[in-house]
Amino acid sequence: MNSDQALFAYVTRLGDNALILGQRMVELVAAYPELEEELANANFALDYIGQARMFYTYAGELEGNGRGEDDFAFLRDENEFRNYLLIEQPNGHFGDSITMLVLFETFYLSQLEALSTCMDERLAEIAVRAEKEIRYHLRHNAHWLVRLGDGTDESRERVQGSVDTLWQYSGELFAADDVDRAFARAYGGPDLEALQQRWKKDIAAIFEQATVQMPADGWMAAGGKQGRHSEHLGYLIAEMQYLQRSHPGANW
Amino acid sequence: MLSIIDLGIVRDVIVDDKVTVVLVPTYSGCPATEVIEQNVVDALEKYGVDAVAIERALSPAWTTDWISEEGRKKLKEYGIAPPGYGASKRELLFGSRRIPCPRCDSANTSVVSEFGSTACKAAYKCNDCLEPFEYFKCI
Repeated sequence: MNSDQALFAYVTRLGDNALILGQRMVELVAAYPELEEELANANFALDYIGQARMFYTYAGELEGNGRGEDDFAFLRDENEFRNYLLIEQPNGHFGDSITMLVLFETFYLSQLEALSTCMDERLAEIAVRAEKEIRYHLRHNAHWLVRLGDGTDESRERVQGSVDTLWQYSGELFAADDVDRAFARAYGGPDLEALQQRWKKDIAAIFEQATVQMPADGWMAAGGKQGRHSEHLGYLIAEMQYLQRSHPGANW
Repeated sequence: MLSIIDLGIVRDVIVDDKVTVVLVPTYSGCPATEVIEQNVVDALEKYGVDAVAIERALSPAWTTDWISEEGRKKLKEYGIAPPGYGASKRELLFGSRRIPCPRCDSANTSVVSEFGSTACKAAYKCNDCLEPFEYFKCI
């Protein structure tokens, strides 16, 4: 894989993570437990979709085949998406959402911090923009995890359940593959081992305040980055792409 | 009247055979981005300028530090508590802020919600004059 291919694949993956997570959050609009959280969630989803637009637009330019952001979002099949398995898991209860977001955003924030100094100018620019927003997300979501964990016996039990269930998807965030390695070599991309050390420390600090146990590392799910997804992604893609697939070329 | 110049959104204006306005988007998902761009085109058209190009500059990233003094004054007059300076990093994660009420200047205020009517603002209430207000978040 040459450096151009690595950059294209890496940027597309960033777009996929942002879009799929944004879409999962959009599903929660009008289904969240209280009005303030509705606003927060909708605003977060908007940030993610905005980031997906920037990543996909750049990917289209790198590819040079005339594909735009909408082509990447609406005209690709399930196995072409390269998002992490963690964020395609179906929405459960409020604690599931908060846990998933804390696990992912603790990683995403440090990934963006690393990317803001990488050698691709455009990617660094997008990363600087996105990093500022994700810092606010993490602040909000980490506070909630602490409140739920260090809350009632029931809220702790539920959120511990979320942590125990989602932990198996956390390994994939740090499992370097060819794209990660080629991108790191060519553009000074993030060192996933270093990111993992940092993530473990950050998560441990949040879990301690939340009085939540960190599970032992066992088997870790993988495959999302290579296009091998859980069945959940299929339903999400079908709903997201339904209108464009039924009426090709439709626009407002 | 608060303008996009007060908000630090206009990066540059280049005049040659056409007018190119370089804008910096604020939040990634800001729904007003395209509206602002269209408004710029419309405003220039009103002055008889037809050849307009809009460019988006991503870097350096927009920060509330670019909101002018005049802009902060106008925000406060409108009833929105303006952001502080120094949008710095980790402190944003776990620090707390003291936002004065834009109506009575009391520091005795509380957060109602981290997100108000838009992504860039938080909802607050004043415990002294009892009025609600929004705070333009530092970013």
